[in-house]
Amino acid sequence: MDHRVVRDLSDLPNYAFGPRMTMWWGTLAFCVLEGTGFALALGGYLYLAFLNRDWPLGPPPPLFWSGLFTLVSLASLVPNYLVEAAAREENLFKVRILLVIMSGIGVLLAGLRFMEFAVLPVRWDFNAYGSLLWTILGLHAVHLVTDVVDTVVVTVLMFTRHGFGRRFSDVEDNAFYWYFVVISWLPTYVVLYWVSQL
Amino acid sequence: MSETALRPHENKETLDTDVTDGELPARLAATWGTAGGLIGALSTVDHKLIGRRYIVTGFFFLVLGGLAAVAMRLQLARPENSLIGPDLYNQIFTMHGTTMMFLFGVPIGEAIAVYLVPLMVGTRNIAFPRLNAFSYYVYLFGGLMIWIAFALNVGADNGWFSYVPLAGPEFSPGKRADFWAQMVTFTEVAALAVAVEIVVTVLKLRAPGMTLDRIPLFVWAMFVNAFLIIFAMPAVMLASSLLILDRLLDTHFFNQAEGGDPLLWQHLFWFFGHPEVYIIFLPGTAFVSAIIATFARRPVFGYPAIVLSLIATGFLSFGLWVHHMFTTGLPQLGATFFTASSMMIAIPTGIQIFCWIATLWDGRPVYRTPLLFVLGFFFIFVAGGLSGIMLASVPIDTQVHDTYFVVAHFHYVLIGGAVFPLLGAIYYWFPKFTGRMMSERLGRWHFWLAIIGFNVAFFPMHLAGLRGMPRRVYTYPAEMGWDGLNLVSTLGATLFVASFLLFLFNVAASLRDGEIAGDNPWDASSLEWATASPPPPHNFDRIPFVTSREPLWAERQALPVVSGLAVDKREVVITTATRALPDLKESSPDPTIWPFVSAIAVGAVFIGSIFTPWAVAWGAPLAAFVIIAWFWPKSIEEDK
Ligand code: HEM
Ligand SMILES: [Cu+2]
Repeated sequence: MDHRVVRDLSDLPNYAFGPRMTMWWGTLAFCVLEGTGFALALGGYLYLAFLNRDWPLGPPPPLFWSGLFTLVSLASLVPNYLVEAAAREENLFKVRILLVIMSGIGVLLAGLRFMEFAVLPVRWDFNAYGSLLWTILGLHAVHLVTDVVDTVVVTVLMFTRHGFGRRFSDVEDNAFYWYFVVISWLPTYVVLYWVSQL
Repeated sequence: MSETALRPHENKETLDTDVTDGELPARLAATWGTAGGLIGALSTVDHKLIGRRYIVTGFFFLVLGGLAAVAMRLQLARPENSLIGPDLYNQIFTMHGTTMMFLFGVPIGEAIAVYLVPLMVGTRNIAFPRLNAFSYYVYLFGGLMIWIAFALNVGADNGWFSYVPLAGPEFSPGKRADFWAQMVTFTEVAALAVAVEIVVTVLKLRAPGMTLDRIPLFVWAMFVNAFLIIFAMPAVMLASSLLILDRLLDTHFFNQAEGGDPLLWQHLFWFFGHPEVYIIFLPGTAFVSAIIATFARRPVFGYPAIVLSLIATGFLSFGLWVHHMFTTGLPQLGATFFTASSMMIAIPTGIQIFCWIATLWDGRPVYRTPLLFVLGFFFIFVAGGLSGIMLASVPIDTQVHDTYFVVAHFHYVLIGGAVFPLLGAIYYWFPKFTGRMMSERLGRWHFWLAIIGFNVAFFPMHLAGLRGMPRRVYTYPAEMGWDGLNLVSTLGATLFVASFLLFLFNVAASLRDGEIAGDNPWDASSLEWATASPPPPHNFDRIPFVTSREPLWAERQALPVVSGLAVDKREVVITTATRALPDLKESSPDPTIWPFVSAIAVGAVFIGSIFTPWAVAWGAPLAAFVIIAWFWPKSIEEDK
């Protein structure tokens, strides 16, 4: 078919930030589908809690480590916001420092999550209550660890010769996913730790 | 904030405005091409090559599932037949249903989307092309795994929905149910990945000017379908993971004695399972809309009504799952609600069908093979819809639940709604895929054989069901009076299978010496026909600029296009989500072997976990390592 050129796009830039990039939408889509998984898992918890008159079928989980985990997660939103902003400014120095901080926070949270598991009052194979606690906590831990690994990789990346250009947009996407890890934790926390206290 | 991002690139690269028109196609093909050899083939990220593999693999599993159906029909042809024993029969009907739903029904719709959506929206590759390659291998490995297990007599045998407690650790020792559950994990990872790619391709990779109301109906249907997948598939992945945990790590999700509940399985499964039916059907509507416009020689009537119906179908399909559980003793009010919503979903489907009929009515229809299959779809699907309305009523469902009436119903809907449009689609797009036309004469024979064979095979099943024949029985006593109906069914199935053999022959013969097609043999209106058949690696020499809903009918002299893209590096135009204004030129990934290697690593973890939980502990870091290698930038070029 014959062509006639009606527009010239020579001057369009090669990358940008946020919803102008495909990766931002891809990350959002993964957050939505994983969020659906969380919603259904928590729905399953509430369903079984509703069916069993004497819920919880065991002692409620202790609140110390999980409370600490929740506080640190919420606090991490501040450096996360800052690293996102620094990435948009393409300020390599700030991005490096903040990424190191975020990696440290991530490792700390992974440690706290480990302590949460260690003090759970029932084993997964004891009854359905134990199964739910371990599995839902595990599901969130997988997301946590995935993003921590990703953060560390991005941090290393930004200290190499690749740390420029659209890699700043990658930093931003990594920060975006961290919001999801924190936000998906909040309903999870309420259901696992507070419904059983009622 | 983003001014810095708007800074134009400093070091000048070669743009398509710097080379002559004669030189351009070869230069672009070199940039976007796939290397030769095995490594090249396994590294490709071209959506057309991956899409073609997806399509061929989907048909391969259709054949396997079809062979399983043939085996069942042979066994049921006579009462008290001893061809197949009860244990093997259980495996065969499970493999048949599982294959048709998970390995054929869902992937084939996505397969065709992977091939066609980027062409129809006028771009050079799908979004996240490496993820696309990865998803194909994961799908392939999952499908091969469950069939190899079947060949080794560890075939799944609890039916395609694998109900607990039957599928739980107590009643299904051994590994059969585990292979089934992991097959779900494989195929859903693949399905979800493709869904994300389609969503982002449609939102961000549309050609400049393709505003929301100029998106082809085909693309709309695939887009809504991708959303259904994103919301439905997590449910079945969760369900199958919980099942595996119950079986391998002694959890108690479905164990009534320890506070679990078997119905939790049914809720999670059907939360996915009902939308699943629409996930199989919506691609069918995509094919129908495209074929009808071309062969009625006019745009589809009621574009906004069809788009809204698609979206409404998407929403409503999540409100229906409980109608699969009417016989589980639900509260009366709940059952009434789900009956009403089941009847309501007929409305948007009805609207679409009326719009299509109006299009044909007002057009000048050309009855070529693709259109014949669409007419076959109308007939069969509407018949299936009628028995569906009957089943939505609780008293009738209670009566015929788990009989052959239900088997007849869902084959009318699935084969009518998905397989007939699919066959029409293959006849329609074969010239685009291969550059050659399929034989019209054989196509007509195929169509008539298929529609007669289908009805002879499946209509009698309604009657057998009303006379009380249960599904999933490996044989029946002669006194029941079901033998005549079953014999007729088997003869019909034989005809139906013969029609497929004719189809495969037509494909093979046309590949060798079909008539040469040219760019646009049907004089169709959408963008995939604006390029060569088969399309070059870069799809379009220049990205189209869309001025109308039917671009090729509106611009018959010369296609408006844009210029200014890189020639020696892969670049795609990113447009804004609603108005499709050109916004960026993002680089698009080069071929790499890592998605293939990652799929092997992930597959090894999934399969290993069937045998020991330690596979996850050891395999996860390995898989993580491989995936990091995949994402690590290979050159400075990629960072720009
Ligand atoms: C060659 C054409 C086909 C024939 C002759 C055929 C035949 C059958 C028969 C006889 C059964 C009932 C088995 C039993 O309950 O004992 C069955 C079940 C089933 N079929 Fe088909 N079928 C065909 C094609 C398809 C297609 C194309 C699909 C889907 C796209 C499909 C989906 C299913 C499903 C989901 C089941 C239920 C399996 C279960 O009970 O777990 N079939 N089929
Ligand atoms: Cu349903």
